[in-house]
Amino acid sequence: MATLLCVTLTAAYFLIDVRPRHSGGTWMGYSLGALGAALIVWLALLGVRKRAVTAGHYSLKAWVSAHVYLGLSLTVIATLHTGFQFGMNVHTLAYVLMMLVIVSGLFGVWAYASLPNLLSANRGETTRRQMLDALATLDGQLHEAAQPLDRDMAAIVRLSLEKTDIAGGYWQRVFGLYGGCANDRAIERLARARQGARGPEAETLAQIDALLRKKAEALAFARRQVRITALLEGWTFVHVPMTFALLAALTAHIVSVFFYW
Amino acid sequence: MSELFRIAIVGSGPSGLSAAAHAAARGISHVLLEKTDHLSDTIFRYQRGKHVMATPAQLVLRADCEFQAGKRETVLAQWNADAKAAGVNVRYNAEAKAISGAKGDFSVQLTSGEVVRAETIILAIGTQGNPNLMRCEGAELPHVQYSLDDPAAFVDEHIFVVGAGDAGIENALGLAADAAQGNTIYLLNRSADFSRPKEANVKNLFQARDNGRINVMTDTSPSKVEPGWITLETPQGSNRLRCDRIIARMGSAPPRKFVEAAGIAFTSESAEAFPRLSPTFEGATPGIYVIGALAGYPLIKHCMNQGYDVVEYISGATDLKPADEPILEAKLQGLPGRLSVSEWLEFLRSRVEILYGLSPLQMREFLLDSEVRAFRKGEVIFEKNATGSSLFGIAQGGVGVRIDPKDPSKMVPIGQGSIFGEVGLISGRRRGATIVATEDTVVVEIPRTAALKLMASVPEAREKVNRITTERQILQIFRAGLSPADLKEVIPAVEVMEVKPGKAIIKEGEAGDDIFIIRSGSMIVEKTVGGKEVFLSYVPAGSYVGEMAVIDGSLRTATVKATIRSTVLRLPGAPFRKLLDAKPELRARMLADMTSRRDINAFIETRKDEFGDVVDMYSSVAGFLVDQGIGDATDVLLIDETLCIGCDNCEKACADSHDGLSRLNREAGKTYAKLHVPTSCRHCENPYCMTDCPPNAIQRGPDGEVFISDACIGCGNCQRNCPYDVIRMDKVPPPKPKLWEWMLFGKGPGPGEPDKAWLKTQPKPAVEAPKVAIKCDMCTGRAGGPACVRACPTGAAIRVSPEEFLTVTLLERGSG
Repeated sequence: MATLLCVTLTAAYFLIDVRPRHSGGTWMGYSLGALGAALIVWLALLGVRKRAVTAGHYSLKAWVSAHVYLGLSLTVIATLHTGFQFGMNVHTLAYVLMMLVIVSGLFGVWAYASLPNLLSANRGETTRRQMLDALATLDGQLHEAAQPLDRDMAAIVRLSLEKTDIAGGYWQRVFGLYGGCANDRAIERLARARQGARGPEAETLAQIDALLRKKAEALAFARRQVRITALLEGWTFVHVPMTFALLAALTAHIVSVFFYW
Repeated sequence: MSELFRIAIVGSGPSGLSAAAHAAARGISHVLLEKTDHLSDTIFRYQRGKHVMATPAQLVLRADCEFQAGKRETVLAQWNADAKAAGVNVRYNAEAKAISGAKGDFSVQLTSGEVVRAETIILAIGTQGNPNLMRCEGAELPHVQYSLDDPAAFVDEHIFVVGAGDAGIENALGLAADAAQGNTIYLLNRSADFSRPKEANVKNLFQARDNGRINVMTDTSPSKVEPGWITLETPQGSNRLRCDRIIARMGSAPPRKFVEAAGIAFTSESAEAFPRLSPTFEGATPGIYVIGALAGYPLIKHCMNQGYDVVEYISGATDLKPADEPILEAKLQGLPGRLSVSEWLEFLRSRVEILYGLSPLQMREFLLDSEVRAFRKGEVIFEKNATGSSLFGIAQGGVGVRIDPKDPSKMVPIGQGSIFGEVGLISGRRRGATIVATEDTVVVEIPRTAALKLMASVPEAREKVNRITTERQILQIFRAGLSPADLKEVIPAVEVMEVKPGKAIIKEGEAGDDIFIIRSGSMIVEKTVGGKEVFLSYVPAGSYVGEMAVIDGSLRTATVKATIRSTVLRLPGAPFRKLLDAKPELRARMLADMTSRRDINAFIETRKDEFGDVVDMYSSVAGFLVDQGIGDATDVLLIDETLCIGCDNCEKACADSHDGLSRLNREAGKTYAKLHVPTSCRHCENPYCMTDCPPNAIQRGPDGEVFISDACIGCGNCQRNCPYDVIRMDKVPPPKPKLWEWMLFGKGPGPGEPDKAWLKTQPKPAVEAPKVAIKCDMCTGRAGGPACVRACPTGAAIRVSPEEFLTVTLLERGSG
């Protein structure tokens, strides 16, 4: 349907000769503009649709599908609406914002098409809750194992127990920026501390080292999951705010056009 | 010549003791013969400190000995005191060997060689001296025992209690009572229900299970005993477990030879039959009376009342009303005919087929659980799709089954003596058809648990119900204008078979012309192609397999095996072929079914050369799904992990359409080949959750969905019984603000299940809502179908029924 719409409108654009030239101000421009504005509002309403679980026949899958194709058709409709007249004004701002929304949406399509596989492959049958529980269990074991240690040694374990962030900020999550991870630092410090250790203390430290390494693995596993999830939702941080900016700019565009007419 | 007593009572258990006490109270000359050196050996041998129960609660005790629920020691002390006070003439160490003579002068030969003479004999010997033995391989090993004296005697053992009757449950509870003993206790129940034991015992058992003290295994029976090990047959297959001791409590049988030698006839040849008795407990030989467990009454209160009653009868009472008379009178009030209670009992017993095998005493107890109802001609007994799982027996008149909802005059008659409503016993589905009284009719309505109890304790009733269900099932499956008369030759040849999971009923390449109807469970059809098993199709309960060989005499073309424990009806080919010759419509119908199955076989053959990954993949995916309980399912939620973006919109939609509580857990569950089976109800063909729901709140809806009604009392049995963990216990959260209020003003927790933080901010309701069981109801009554599927943005969530999904047509899709 979206393709048909684009083809028809493009053909109309070239076939119909409007005077003085193609622009937003002709009858055709208004029609395209009205259609585009209506589409933008409808597309934005997906946010409501997906949250409103109503009775009746609807399929969110169909809505999403229509959202993608009609959203893509906006590139044609809006571009034709401009009549290829751009400038440094609120009108072009609305156009640019719209294109940003669409481009971010395209990234979303790629993400949704390719990332679920990775997500599923990484987690296998482990749930998020189980990942957190696994970490909590390891923390519990570390705490237990650290009981015989003196204050300085215990500080190493405390570093891992108290300062380890599983996820962190968005960029940290996406790019896996856990260079200063407290658990890793604890492993390093422990390695140094172990060199001088003898007897039962050495044994305890070896046990703690093993636990810390296990925790590092569990962390890496959870963080991979967090990374993919972050990638999956990252584009919406552009898509959604830009949509609101677009709606604002669009309102300004429409009001100003009619006000200065 | 020794003294001639008026009454000799054999056995000093609750019934014998009560009889002796009453005889003493009335000053009748009597003697109480006890084979051991103490009274009431059965109770004496109960485990130490055992709580003796006084059920049924509504029964009034009428005896000269007191009896209240309490510890074994207290009860025994009370009885000893009562016997002494009443002046009972007891003779200890007097085991009866044989009884001879006739009314007025019987002789009881004792093992000591002495002879005791009496005008009348009361046999109150019980059945405990004769326990049912385990029959599996290794049952004779020394660590298999049939009683438990002191549960505190064992430490650090793996103990299996076999039998989920009262005795078994009490032994298991006794063994588990002290955690410091370190025993691991298992209780095996060969059926899925706990319909025989007392309610209080079942409750305690479940509590112990929830506390992790006892492992309760239902639908499980032992198949092999070895030193240190036991092999069990479970619905999921065989399982070999460590085992140091087996306590088998599988009931007991009457010492039949001794009783029969005294001239008492039994109701049938079956090992579970009881003596045939008159309403005054008199057996076939006049002057010999039988009471207590031997008469079919294992409960102490019944026994004691009978002891009192029988002495009254012997001393000439004719108008003595049993203690439960007022209850039954109230029940039967308002029915036509003005019959007395005992006339009603005989009326029902002699007219309803499944009750033929019951003694008058069993009838009394049976009627305490059931209702007798009268309907005028044309009255509806129940409507199609109504809820209800009780069984009906027709005592008088007849009913009609409406087979065409549009034309009420089209009816299949069911006559007097027969039963209806039996489908409810099997799968708990709603009523399949409307039943109308075609004349003035009297029916007896038996609740599901009472019916199961009846079938468990009276083998003839079980056989009759089985025969009737078989006949109706065959008629329903083949339809094609068959009538019960056509099946006359087929029915007697039908065999009901239990099939273990993974076992084949038909093997590819073998000869054989039996037809199999799957009554419960499900089967898969496999074919070997190029040395590999290829999954052909899934066969749910209510369908049949094996027709090809009957029609064209060919060898079996595929293997059919059970996915879960299943019950099948085997129809031998010869009588069936005769039926086919007589009924061309039936042949045509079967040919049509056969053609579609041939097509699948042919399709597989054509693809033989290109068999490779696609088919392997398909077969292994099908195998995985069957492992995940899809064999049980009628409708299951699957998630395509290549499409799932993890937005949890399915869970949110589920919560928002069901009072704010999600009934599915997307992440949990198994995954194979990117196909994920989330934790969500499969709407099993034989719902495990339904097996033990006290208020009968779990029902099957018209679309096949299994749902929990408002009657739920929050006991949690269903949650524990569900092998797929799909039932959660929770209370309904307060209503959330409207969606737009959240979107515009940030009010409330937003879509989906409210979080704990928000719930804490909400005012506490005046009456705390109880936790109830919640599970998927397939969004019944919501236009558009299940919310989880509708709310999936990428189409990853799908709902399928196994017979649709597990077909070879998937292959075409997969490769094309």
